[in-house]
Amino acid sequence: MGASLINFSYLIASVCFILALQGLSSPKGARRGIIIGIVGMTVAVGATLFHEKIVTYNWIIPGLIVGSIIGAAISRIPMTKMPERIAFSHAFGGLAAAFVGVSEFYTHGIHLDVVARSALGLEVFLGFLTFTGSLMAFGKLQGFITGAPVTWPGQNFTNIGMFFGSLVMLVVFVIDPSITALFYAMCGTGFLLGILAVLPIGGADMPVVISLLNSYAGLAAAATGFALGNNVLIIAGALDGTSGFLLSMMMSKAMNRSFSNVLFGAFGTGDSTGVTNVALPAGASVNQASIEDAVNVLTASQSLIVIPGYGMAVSQAQHAVRDLASALEAKGCTVKYAIHPVAGRMPGHMNVLLAEANVPYDQLFDLDDINDEFSRTDAVLVVGANDVVNPAAKKNPKSPIYGMPVFNVELARSVLVLKRSMNTGFSGIDNELFFAPNTMMVLGDAKKTLLGMVSGVKASE
Amino acid sequence: MPQELLFALYIFVLAGFLGHHVISKVPHLLHTPLMAGTNAISGISLVGSLVAAGGDFNQLSTILGCIAVACATINTVGGFMITDRMLKMFRKKGPAAAPGGH
Repeated sequence: MGASLINFSYLIASVCFILALQGLSSPKGARRGIIIGIVGMTVAVGATLFHEKIVTYNWIIPGLIVGSIIGAAISRIPMTKMPERIAFSHAFGGLAAAFVGVSEFYTHGIHLDVVARSALGLEVFLGFLTFTGSLMAFGKLQGFITGAPVTWPGQNFTNIGMFFGSLVMLVVFVIDPSITALFYAMCGTGFLLGILAVLPIGGADMPVVISLLNSYAGLAAAATGFALGNNVLIIAGALDGTSGFLLSMMMSKAMNRSFSNVLFGAFGTGDSTGVTNVALPAGASVNQASIEDAVNVLTASQSLIVIPGYGMAVSQAQHAVRDLASALEAKGCTVKYAIHPVAGRMPGHMNVLLAEANVPYDQLFDLDDINDEFSRTDAVLVVGANDVVNPAAKKNPKSPIYGMPVFNVELARSVLVLKRSMNTGFSGIDNELFFAPNTMMVLGDAKKTLLGMVSGVKASE
Repeated sequence: MPQELLFALYIFVLAGFLGHHVISKVPHLLHTPLMAGTNAISGISLVGSLVAAGGDFNQLSTILGCIAVACATINTVGGFMITDRMLKMFRKKGPAAAPGGH
């Protein structure tokens, strides 16, 4: 197939990809958008198979088959594992870009022009960084590696030093391509920096990290486009890069933390060292409640707002939440769900879990849309969320989460908090809400507690 | 500055602006499908891997290309499949919803 025909197929693919993303602006058009995206991808890949430089399919076909099988297999994972799944695929994206970069350099070496050299250098650096960084994020989410930040003296200094060191190497390599060792050194620093940069970041900050790695994977793809002179790669990479960047900005904003604070702050230690704890009012006591007490509160309520958090995902309680909501709705109670942007381990995590449990999406509300309603609400049910309902974020300037937008939960008539134990959350900060007179703590596994409540509500009359 | 680089930069910058415009319209509700979807789209790096794997360059290039083809295919196939699976779940008031439940 002629080069111009292949390039034309790339133009079609670019338009399709933009339409696919546009479709995601509402749940209605989203699935059609994905189909347009698939069409674009098929056209571009199909045309490339007839590229004049391709002389054999002996290596292409096994790659395509193995990739399709693994791709299809990991699409069947449970929805609670979605953050792990996304982190894993960023690793593949990074590795693919890095390997294409190495292959390109190994083949053409010093004959590459300045543009291709700069692009390839960036490509392998970002590619390997995304690869190891995403594997680290995956390991932290999966629990292979501690979710708590791992810190050591001079950490930020080494990491920032390695970053700038790589930039210097890139510049030297672009000026003098005969020093090929520099190219491979950039691969190595990218690989190492991915590990070192993610180690100090705590589990609760994963939404920002995953989004940022999404952005890097996109930028690595765009760099591949620059190196190969391929426009569809540049466009797709730029779309992916901006998407990840925008998401990570939104996530840091929703935590009232700057980007650099997330990346270098080693926040969320899990124990309270280094974190200023809120002084609780003297004589504050926890109001522990049984499932029966909770059922009494719920059945007496006309309106309920559910606030899910990471704990709901851990205990896979989304179906039980939905069952409880249905049982209460059958008794005439209005149920709404309040979703904080950083609830869970990735952007939109809670929405997907609740959608899986058949919760209609018009019952899911963003922070700004529901925060005025708490004062008019009978009951709030907090399922495995902590920091997003901590009043200290509004009241205590000394608190590490001060300034983070949180739900006005304490304004509701009664608050039920489902929690595994009285330990502090990931950020290691005490939550005053748990000691409030109108708060009832129901301790134990969220799913079991919820199922108990469901039968309680159904039995009551 | 070489003409081709300038041209490529034009495309990159304009695509970035377009991406910003399109993606800021995606609601919080669909942020996970957005991530999975952009992941699938960035699997377009497959077109670069195909040439590396199928070209007559050298053995290393072929092997790295083959692995890259597999990785990119995982993202494309898996990304589109899981995005669609998620989007299928998003629905408005369903048949199971109790009457007056809203």
